[in-house]
Amino acid sequence: MNNLQQKAQQLLESGNYGLIVGYEKGTSGKARPVFIRKAEHASKLIFDESCDQNIAVYLYRQEIKHDKKKVIVANHHTLKSIVELAAENQVFDGDFMVLAFAGNGDIIELNTFEEIEKHVATLYHGLTEAEAAMMKKIEDMSLEDRWAFWENEFSKCIKCYACRASCPMCYCPTCTVEINQPQWISVPSHTLGNLEWHVMRAMHLAGRCVTCGQCGKACPLELPIQLLTYKVALDSKQFFDSVAGTSICADNALAIFKPEDHENFIR
Amino acid sequence: METQNIYLPYIMQIEKVSEDAPFVKTFRLKFINPEDAESFSFKTGQFGEYSVAGVGESTFCIASSPTRKGYIECTFRKAGRVTTALSDLEEGNTIGFRGPYGNVFPIDEWKGKNLLFIAGGIALPPMRSVIWNCLDLRENFKDITILYGAKSVADLVYKHELREWDERPDVKLVTTVDPGGETHDWTGEVGFVPTILDKMAPKAENTIAIVCGPPIMIKYTFPILEKCGFADEMVYTTLENRMKCGFGKCGRCNVGKTYVCKDGPVFSLKQLKQMPDEY
Amino acid sequence: MERKLLTKDSYRSLITKLIGQNYQVVAPVKKDTMIDFLKISSFDEITEDYIVTVSSAKTVAFPRNEKLFDYEKQNKKLTQQDYDFDSIPQSVLIGVRPCDAFGFHSLSSIFCWDSIDKIYTTRLERTTIIGLSCNKSDDYCFCTSTKGSPGSTAGSDILLTKMTDGNYIVEIVTEKGAKLVADFSDLFTADGGVDKESLLAKVAANFNVDDVLAKINSKFEDEAFWTEQAMRCIGCGACAYVCPTCACFDIQDESHGGKGHRVRCWESCGLSLFTLHTSGHNPRENQGQRWRQRLMHKFSYMPDRLNTIGCVGCGRCSRACPVDMNIAEHCMSIIEN
Repeated sequence: MNNLQQKAQQLLESGNYGLIVGYEKGTSGKARPVFIRKAEHASKLIFDESCDQNIAVYLYRQEIKHDKKKVIVANHHTLKSIVELAAENQVFDGDFMVLAFAGNGDIIELNTFEEIEKHVATLYHGLTEAEAAMMKKIEDMSLEDRWAFWENEFSKCIKCYACRASCPMCYCPTCTVEINQPQWISVPSHTLGNLEWHVMRAMHLAGRCVTCGQCGKACPLELPIQLLTYKVALDSKQFFDSVAGTSICADNALAIFKPEDHENFIR
Repeated sequence: METQNIYLPYIMQIEKVSEDAPFVKTFRLKFINPEDAESFSFKTGQFGEYSVAGVGESTFCIASSPTRKGYIECTFRKAGRVTTALSDLEEGNTIGFRGPYGNVFPIDEWKGKNLLFIAGGIALPPMRSVIWNCLDLRENFKDITILYGAKSVADLVYKHELREWDERPDVKLVTTVDPGGETHDWTGEVGFVPTILDKMAPKAENTIAIVCGPPIMIKYTFPILEKCGFADEMVYTTLENRMKCGFGKCGRCNVGKTYVCKDGPVFSLKQLKQMPDEY
Repeated sequence: MERKLLTKDSYRSLITKLIGQNYQVVAPVKKDTMIDFLKISSFDEITEDYIVTVSSAKTVAFPRNEKLFDYEKQNKKLTQQDYDFDSIPQSVLIGVRPCDAFGFHSLSSIFCWDSIDKIYTTRLERTTIIGLSCNKSDDYCFCTSTKGSPGSTAGSDILLTKMTDGNYIVEIVTEKGAKLVADFSDLFTADGGVDKESLLAKVAANFNVDDVLAKINSKFEDEAFWTEQAMRCIGCGACAYVCPTCACFDIQDESHGGKGHRVRCWESCGLSLFTLHTSGHNPRENQGQRWRQRLMHKFSYMPDRLNTIGCVGCGRCSRACPVDMNIAEHCMSIIEN
């Protein structure tokens, strides 16, 4: 048994905790979320580079939301989402414990939002080199080429909403696409309606996207839709100095007004 | 209508609009195409998909009796997108209608029996079809009793027809409103439908009970009927589930393996008890 | 079953001629990062480098959007333009894996259940399915557990099996297939008698679907079981949309001014609002109930009501799932629990 499995076993045996949300080995070497309730199942837990999925989405899941004896094994994406969810009052201090990992692989117990926030401050918050290169490639395109690029991508979308379902920040019980009086976004999936959907989603995530890329990873058609929310995340940083997932009491850049804001339309 | 397209509606004209209760309207609909009027037939209990082009389709029962030829009627409460759009329409407007779908009340099997209709609120429309159907074939049945309740006096639908039934010597009508829903001149009962039913203590012998209402009313009505000695196969109700197609394909309305659109919407309590709690 | 041989050059000629004769030819094509069924205009667009395509072949008969009819509103009057059945093209669908081809059987059972969905049936009638046996498989494949096999002819009009020399064994399955072979008879030569079985992928049968069918009804009321089975499920529609047998749909109107059309478009029983009533009541209000519906539909309701199994073992849903809900594992859990 490795450190994580031992730790999980101890926590469950102690009786202080009843559920560990983490990762296990899935099909074909993929990692997947797992829910461990018994100490003897702790050996299923893994944590390695395959565990790049953001699993913060489970913290507010109806079935376990009110279970205060839960633990979540968090990678850096999940940690940032927890901070952002805390800032938006979607998760509550003391409702769960976080098991994070130090650079040397040591397990770190984080019990309060303050501890989580402090730990997250030590993490890298930018895009990876590969992601930054993709962003640059698109930003360097001419307007026509960029339009053609996205038109091609949106033509493939089947509107399965895997992007929305896997995003921890997409927690609205009724999404704008499901509001039909009026029908803001067309329901069938065609290029125009798909564009409406993804642009709307990106705008709703402005200043809230923690750039985990989970939406893109979830897409069965492999649309690089994370680039849209990355773009609004980078703009939020540039124009409002707002980086989502860094502060448990941050205000949302697009939901507040400051006298020193660049825009004057509201004055 | 010569088409092989099962999704293509009949075009129907709104001949008459009546406002039955706050947010509740009844449309009398006539076929635009005389051949459609000729070939169309339905039986009591069936439903259809009513549509406003550009807005969508909505499912509700045919509220008129098949004995009344040449038109169909529907009653709906303004609630969602389509019923809101329907509400805005006037006499002379045209709408789409697909149907009829679903099974029927087995009124042929009820010959020679007493009928006890129990309805609550906006659930009178599905029952209105079968009530008129039976009244138009009055000689086929023995005693006919109607118990109808709503939240308040204003919420009682088909007020003119309630008056008509009340005046008929061959119908016993009991109306009730929830406590607090009565007006100073209200002469009916005050109390929830199950309570009034309990007070009425209907005799179960040779009697069919037909129950339509909100889930909470149904839940408390069945035990009273049981207490009065009604066997499960003597009690009927209609189920409503969300539907899109109406013919067993879109995947929404099934309760376990039972498809409300094809196997229902009319079920006996006996059938209902064999179905899982998924409605 | 009659067998022929089709050389790789003749295969190229066949496809080229079909395109030349204005057939709509749909084939697996590598587009951007993935392989999917697309309309092709040249043989060279075709790829055979796939286990299965991302989306299923069902899109040919049950596209993600189908315009059911057009309408126009002027003043108070509504006019409707019926579906133009003549607009449905004669198609040839190539590279269809046996699992996918068999999926049409399940799909047809739904679209032909008493009321015939003529739009679907016409599309399928005008499609000739050229299957392609599987010579490789992956961890997600489980067709042999659901009564299929990597070389099954069921559902195809013609089944091709690639030989080691790059040529194909041709099995003529249906009359439609025989007609296509007759139309291009000069391209097909006598069968060389190569053993087909030895060319096929080996897919281990990890369970027997009959055991799932026998057990699943007794699990209906076991709420805790379904809740636990569905804990990981995040409630998107990916599984249903890529599934060759999932037929759930929505009907929506799309308008521009007074004109528009009614559209049948894919929807999924996994989505939380799928069964929501206007009143706010939802008969399937949690993900456990929705996951149960998905499995019960495939392994109980369809066998019961339509005499067909609603799963062909292609594993697409599991590959597409963002959280690795592996349906074969869930089937085994039903058997074991």
